[in-house]
Amino acid sequence: MTKVRNEYGKIISIEQAVEKITDGCSLMVGGFGGVGSPPSLLQAIFDKGVQQLTLICNDTAFPHIGVGPLVSQGRVKKAIVSHIGSNPIAGKRLHEGTLEVEFCPQGVLVERIRAGGAGLGGILVDIGVNHEWLAKGKQTIEVDGKRFLLELPLTADISLVYAKKADPFGNLIYDKSARNTNPLVAMAGVMTIAEVEEIVPLGELDPEEIVTPGVFVHYIVQSYGVNWKWIWE
Amino acid sequence: MDLGVRERIAKRAAQELIDGMIVNLGIGIPSLIPNFLRNRRILFQAENGVLGIGKSPAKGEEDANLCNAAGYPVTVVSGASYFDSATAFAMIRKGLIDVTVLGGLQVSEQGDLANWLVPGKRVPGVGGGMELAQKTKKVIVVMSHVNKDGEPKIVSTCSLPLTASRCVDLIITDRAVMEVTDEGLLLTEIMVPYDVKDVISHTAAPLRISNMLKCIE
Repeated sequence: MTKVRNEYGKIISIEQAVEKITDGCSLMVGGFGGVGSPPSLLQAIFDKGVQQLTLICNDTAFPHIGVGPLVSQGRVKKAIVSHIGSNPIAGKRLHEGTLEVEFCPQGVLVERIRAGGAGLGGILVDIGVNHEWLAKGKQTIEVDGKRFLLELPLTADISLVYAKKADPFGNLIYDKSARNTNPLVAMAGVMTIAEVEEIVPLGELDPEEIVTPGVFVHYIVQSYGVNWKWIWE
Repeated sequence: MDLGVRERIAKRAAQELIDGMIVNLGIGIPSLIPNFLRNRRILFQAENGVLGIGKSPAKGEEDANLCNAAGYPVTVVSGASYFDSATAFAMIRKGLIDVTVLGGLQVSEQGDLANWLVPGKRVPGVGGGMELAQKTKKVIVVMSHVNKDGEPKIVSTCSLPLTASRCVDLIITDRAVMEVTDEGLLLTEIMVPYDVKDVISHTAAPLRISNMLKCIE
């Protein structure tokens, strides 16, 4: 698949990667409306038939894009997301009671993921601090006379990200708006697998341009590319 | 609303955007606004991680990895930057966005905004709307004046769950333009062919009428 030397043993096949993803695990996936989600890993997880997933993602994408099929086909028991608006089947499942959804405002969600990846115990936000449903059941903390909600960090058994390039250590760079939640998701997994468009030899990426240092990345797989049709196509 | 009406609303909203501003546009009518902003120096931000969005790409030149928050392909202008979504929301929470233009289901006379949930019908989730509504310097809501059943969307108190309270500064509908002030709603413009009487009778909140009231074509 590549002539790059596998100096750190991190470069594995999609099949090897999917062995690590089992029923009932928590799965954090990079991407925003499917843009920047890892297509080949998601397809392989779907094909393996993994069930009862807890999914943490910006959104549930579209029914046929990104994490969409896992949600649409009932492989996800709980989703922690900012919205499900672009995936009507997720809405249908929510109403039927076959999908539990924890909604979190988008900026709070990504900051909770960042906190999980940065080893923090929580974050203080004033978004929705007086909101009837958002503040419900959450601890409020006063700092210098201002009230904040304590929002808890998010981590997952496995984080899946999509990047433009990786070197064998797992240093990553992304592609334009496909970066979105990926650098944050990459940090927050107990185990992080990066699907990349191109694996380049060690030393080829300029240290100055690296967005995700490879220390956060456990495994690297070569992408087969997007296998869905975008909504605008 | 037919396309002509949506574009008139977008055209009026475009007048609120001036050179040098950092602007975040919601989906729907707000996304039409750039069509009325030729040659202006405004930087559009998208919460997925782009500052400096340009015009839509020509057919066949779309880049799947360069999209706005709604998932549609965009281009970028000179001086644009890419960043992760946490950085995008840092800009928003820190108050660096000058204007956001959002759609609305209901707006109250105090400027409370409900734009994400219809109980028992649709539960799409709030996305980034809460942060944008609560933290942007100026919040403009563009929407139809009444809902599909002909009921007013501008009300004394929102019956739908709120996105954020006391956040809206300006409401632009197919019938009128209203400022949210400390003394309630101020009617400043009427869209032809509607008149003041019609606007008042289709608004479920008290309206003060500006002594500078204008009619717009």
